[in-house]
Amino acid sequence: MAVRTLNMVRSHVPRPLLMGALPVCIAVLLLAIFSSIAFGAADIKLQTVLASIFAFDAENTNHLIIRTLRLPRAITAMLVGAALGVAGAIMQGLTRNPLADPGLLGIEAGAALAVVGGVFLFQINSLPVYAIFAFVGGTLTALAVYGLGSMGRESATPFKLTVAGAAISSLLASLTTAILLFNQRSLEEVRFWMAGSVAGRDMKLVIEAAPFLLAGLILSFVMGRQITTLSMGEDIARGLGQNVGWIKLASAGAVVVLAGTAVALAGPIGFIGLVIPHVVRMFAGNDYRWVLPYSALLGASFLVLSDLLGRILVQPLELPVGIMTAAIGGPVFIYLVRWKVKR
Amino acid sequence: MNSSQWIVYHAGKISLRVDRRIPRTAAGLILAALIILVLHVGIGEYTIAPMDVLRTIIGQQLGDQNFHFVVMELRMPRALVAWLVGAALGASGALIQGLTRNPLASPDLTGVTAGASAAAVTLIIFLPQTPDFWLPIAAFCGGLLIAAMLYLLAWRDASSAGGDSPIRLILVGIGLSAALGAFTSFALTFGELWYVQRAMMWLTGSVYATDWVDVNLILPWLIVCLLLAVYGARDLNALNLGEDIAQGLGLRLTFKRGFLLVLSVALAAITVTVAGIIGFVGLIAPHIARRLVGTMHEGLVPTAAFVGGFIVILADFIGRTILQPTEIPCGIITSIVGVPFFVYLLWKREKIS
Repeated sequence: MAVRTLNMVRSHVPRPLLMGALPVCIAVLLLAIFSSIAFGAADIKLQTVLASIFAFDAENTNHLIIRTLRLPRAITAMLVGAALGVAGAIMQGLTRNPLADPGLLGIEAGAALAVVGGVFLFQINSLPVYAIFAFVGGTLTALAVYGLGSMGRESATPFKLTVAGAAISSLLASLTTAILLFNQRSLEEVRFWMAGSVAGRDMKLVIEAAPFLLAGLILSFVMGRQITTLSMGEDIARGLGQNVGWIKLASAGAVVVLAGTAVALAGPIGFIGLVIPHVVRMFAGNDYRWVLPYSALLGASFLVLSDLLGRILVQPLELPVGIMTAAIGGPVFIYLVRWKVKR
Repeated sequence: MNSSQWIVYHAGKISLRVDRRIPRTAAGLILAALIILVLHVGIGEYTIAPMDVLRTIIGQQLGDQNFHFVVMELRMPRALVAWLVGAALGASGALIQGLTRNPLASPDLTGVTAGASAAAVTLIIFLPQTPDFWLPIAAFCGGLLIAAMLYLLAWRDASSAGGDSPIRLILVGIGLSAALGAFTSFALTFGELWYVQRAMMWLTGSVYATDWVDVNLILPWLIVCLLLAVYGARDLNALNLGEDIAQGLGLRLTFKRGFLLVLSVALAAITVTVAGIIGFVGLIAPHIARRLVGTMHEGLVPTAAFVGGFIVILADFIGRTILQPTEIPCGIITSIVGVPFFVYLLWKREKIS
């Protein structure tokens, strides 16, 4: 079946502008992180926020709140958002399908089944253990999907990979649902995790996850040129002398590391990986050397801000960030599509 | 393409050309579904031998008076509903995949699933006092409403941006489904646990306790829609050559596309009234059908319907019997049945070619 490629929006933004907009995006991200640290249930003055970062005082409650609660939370949101944005962009380039997202390799479905199964069978009940189960489950599933997609004479074509991923994801999601339907305790235990959240992640977990994410991000940025070529079609990439098999494997590896770690940290957050790359492509065109960094920055800023809004919008209730991203992002995305996608 | 691949009929002004594989495949799938039907009706807490099932169906009086009641009133309508729902979803999926030319497209993409889920979850979790008979009506209306909204949002003035556009439809569909999904997931996360589990049951999809009223409700609707779908499917072949070529071949692009989209929506929407959200069938049945009979849509659409019907009736049979007396909703089993089937086909064709 012919898959419509993604080359539907040509970028008219000149190179210097793309270059110049990078610092602006970084500034926006920093501002978002700073607001995320400053605003919350406890009212904390700006000076205190700065002081807690640069002149930490262990006796001061406000300093403790910021150091142990808000800072890890903001950093988690930033890392997860960046990882999901980049992983989504790579998946869409790799499969040349606008419906592709990091979940397409089965990572989210596998992680969810591993966590729900762990809760059901082994009564696991802490976030760090969830993280391990999620990462292992996600990675194993991705391997299975890639293996299934590579079955047969030709290696993993985008089409086979796509359909194998969708099929396996849906199989695992069914098993997850089955457990949750028949075991109320598991449902109660994990339903908040299932919605995707960055609350209550402690600094230790973040520090353990950060090297994985950074490695994944760097690997992705380095491959920007190759992914651009691959996204034009495998024959073209091969004709241009590219070793398609390796590039595909490496990009899939980057997606597994990024999305696997993200789901371990924050649970399944669906919307960002799917939509952020589309938004980025609307202004940055189809050159993944630009698409990838912008997806990282935009994904990070968007997740940090969604988390902030989820905290302050309906106090004292706290909305999981996975719900907020889709609730805010959905309408904005529709507006952008109507305005930008011309054919 | 050699000529022996086709069966050709000429009768006056009507001529018909079908792929040779289609009648064979269709017969096989229907026969398989009938076998499952007999088993489905026979096996259960009150087991009836297959021959007795057949005799009861054709109206013979048997010694045991209960046979008639169990077969005709309890199990038969349920098995039929399962098959019909699967057929509708399979055809709906084949249409939407053809329209968007995207292998990941499924009836979910038209907004029907998101709308029906949001409506049903609202009723079950936030308005638990509502009488049960409102649930299918609300789901049906929610699904149609969101599908209509999706089409309107994706529509742009024809002169500047080509009226309807599959890619815009896909992208707006993503946005709309996400926004509604956020609401559904909010309800599932913060609702009362008891109602949440009930809502999840509905969202999983099941044909539990359906009766002849349900069969009569969906059957006429399905027959009309399926016939129109098979009739309209030919245009998808031209569409898949690309928009310019289709237009060049004289296709009224916007009209035809709108018509087929409405059919796909109608087929999916009717299933939520009797079975909730049964996932996966609409996605995988067209792929399986494509492996079986190739990509020409006039054959693909009915074959996808037969495949879908077979998957759901088999799934319901397994879900009902495997862990007796506990019933597993067939929405959970559809993917467990469908994936190995699909993998087998993938593997088999790769080996031959």
